Amino acid sequence: MKVLVPVKRVVDYNVKVRVKSDQTGVDLANVKMSMNPFCEIAVEEAVRLKEKGVATEVVVVSIGPVQAQETIRTALAMGADRGILIQTDEDLEPLAVAKLLAAVIGEEAPGIVVMGKQAIDGDNNAVGQMLAALLDWPQATFASKIEITGDKAEVTREVDGGLQTLSVDLPAVVTADLRLNEPRYASLPNIMKAKKKPIDVKAPGDYGVDTAPRLKVLKVVEPPKRQGGAKVESAAELVSKLKNEAGVL
Amino acid sequence: MAVLVIADHDNASLKDNTHKTVTAALAISGDVDVLVAGQGVAAVAAEAAKIAGVRKVLVAESADLGKQVAEAVTDTVVALSSGYDAVLIPATSAGKNYAPRIAAKLDVAPISEIIEVVDASTFVRPIYAGNALETVQSSDAKKIITVRATAFKAAGEGGSAAVETVGAAGAMAHTRFVSDEIVKSDRPELSAAKIVVSGGRALGSAEEFQRVIEPLADKLGAAVGASRAAVDAGYAPNDYQVGQTGKVVAPQLYVAIGISGAIQHLAGMKDSKVIVAINKDADAPIFQVADFGLVADYKVAVPELMDELAKVGL
Ligand SMILES: Cc1cc2nc3c(=O)[nH]c(=O)nc-3n(C[C@H](O)[C@H](O)[C@H](O)COP(=O)(O)OP(=O)(O)OC[C@H]3O[C@@H](n4cnc5c(N)ncnc54)[C@H](O)[C@@H]3O)c2cc1C
Ligand SMILES: Cc1cc2nc3c(=O)[nH]c(=O)nc-3n(C[C@H](O)[C@H](O)[C@H](O)COP(=O)(O)OP(=O)(O)OC[C@H]3O[C@@H](n4cnc5c(N)ncnc54)[C@H](O)[C@@H]3O)c2cc1C
Repeated sequence: MKVLVPVKRVVDYNVKVRVKSDQTGVDLANVKMSMNPFCEIAVEEAVRLKEKGVATEVVVVSIGPVQAQETIRTALAMGADRGILIQTDEDLEPLAVAKLLAAVIGEEAPGIVVMGKQAIDGDNNAVGQMLAALLDWPQATFASKIEITGDKAEVTREVDGGLQTLSVDLPAVVTADLRLNEPRYASLPNIMKAKKKPIDVKAPGDYGVDTAPRLKVLKVVEPPKRQGGAKVESAAELVSKLKNEAGVL
Repeated sequence: MAVLVIADHDNASLKDNTHKTVTAALAISGDVDVLVAGQGVAAVAAEAAKIAGVRKVLVAESADLGKQVAEAVTDTVVALSSGYDAVLIPATSAGKNYAPRIAAKLDVAPISEIIEVVDASTFVRPIYAGNALETVQSSDAKKIITVRATAFKAAGEGGSAAVETVGAAGAMAHTRFVSDEIVKSDRPELSAAKIVVSGGRALGSAEEFQRVIEPLADKLGAAVGASRAAVDAGYAPNDYQVGQTGKVVAPQLYVAIGISGAIQHLAGMKDSKVIVAINKDADAPIFQVADFGLVADYKVAVPELMDELAKVGL
């Protein structure tokens, strides 16, 4: 079975982003970029499926600028077999991304798609669900455990109140939550090997889907600043202030 | 112009997120209907009918809807969608699961976790873990939106909307519900609680978390939260996680104990009215957002805090 893993290049999760003064977006010049943490978890899961003999091939797909090749290389160094880059400098919306991925899946015919539940830049938490809808495949989102037997996947999901387990027929889309696994560090030999693995470079136009934006960003501003930083000396002072100053007790 | 709100409920009772989402819906249109999709939800529908400003309550029932299976909710909502210009969904884990599926079926760009309605097609939403706020305008004829409930006041009671049964999607062919593991608790629900007490990695074990955090929460009538580090380490269940990828809370009082204040954690609690932090590291970033910071070892500070609270009658 082939596993397809879409991966996104995003601002590194340690970077505290700053809003541009002209309010058109956030300043990404000279900022460290990395693979979206949830995508890393998805790649790890796919590679583990291959190591367990459940999967035969792991294909990663990224839609983004030429530098997204680095993100694909990271996945290849973790153990994925080959990559597809749909190169574009446009910031595509989840719907357009889902349509492009659906087109790739039409060609690749994977047995399962494993992907991150959310990208930490747009925080949309949408592409996986939309992809499943476009393909008319079942979806199992926010996965903390995936077990594949035959043509079914049993997926434990993190939901409000606890956990839910679903059984879905394959092919299906599964999105990874933080506790699915802990991604490995790529070893130096694997990083070297990854350089020789193939990456196919495509353009959105190759797939003939409508990627026109539906949303217009009117402005991006900083959230209101909190006036924090005050300290208290003791538990007694804390209780007195909570009761008398803040009135929250 | 009419708006459909999908109710947040557990088949037994209606959740306050619904009232807050109705407020967001009323900012778009005066014609707001509420869909209660579940199983055995007559009582939930009766509660929804009492929300002020609601025109009609629609009820769809099936076993799959009772488990909020995304495919079932999607098919049910898509069948109703021709009568609505917007569908508003509370951004719970269930809502986040099916909203994008509905949107894709309707060829619409979903708008996630809005915190403000500017006008019927313009909304404000946080991006980058809340470090930036984006104002987006949608050109889609129909809007599919999830709503961050903490950003809206709850709509009042006093309505008397008619309740109507609508068609539920048939049984799902490719997705089967297997089991639930829902944590039962007598405490207030995390995302709706007035006070939240959260513990972090500092607690060191599940036993310590229970010994320190839970009694303090009980004393304050608070819900219990946790950092991701505490959840990952197994000190607290997964649905306690507060943050970018956990729950977003905005209580009157948030007490962070042994939590450093990573941006991903702050994303889930920095809109709380009053923030208290107890941390032994005076430079921990949590203090930058805390109204009352206490630099102390929690092992000393929490027992003292319990005593002081007892002195004021708590
Ligand atoms: C996606 C992701 C999520 C994480 N979440 C948490 C968390 O919730 N809590 C927590 O305490 N720690 C988390 N970590 C680990 C954390 O980033 C540090 O690795 C860890 O805290 C050790 O810190 P350090 O100061 O030794 O290393 P750092 O100074 O943080 O890291 C040094 C360098 O090592 C590399 N590196 C670090 N982690 C990885 C990795 N996983 N894969 C490849 N290269 C890596 C990077 O190039 C980094 O710049 C996470 C790491 C990643 C990648
Ligand atoms: C993609 C992604 C998503 C994430 N989403 C979330 C999320 O939703 N929610 C979340 O919380 N995190 C999230 N994280 C993880 C986040 O980056 C931090 O790693 C995490 O919040 C750290 O948890 P912590 O503050 O409990 O632990 P630490 O950062 O280890 O802090 C522990 C604190 O306890 C203090 N301490 C230690 N001993 C004592 C003592 N005896 N008394 C008092 N204080 C003491 C220390 O000084 C320290 O400040 C995410 C990370 C990534 C990469």
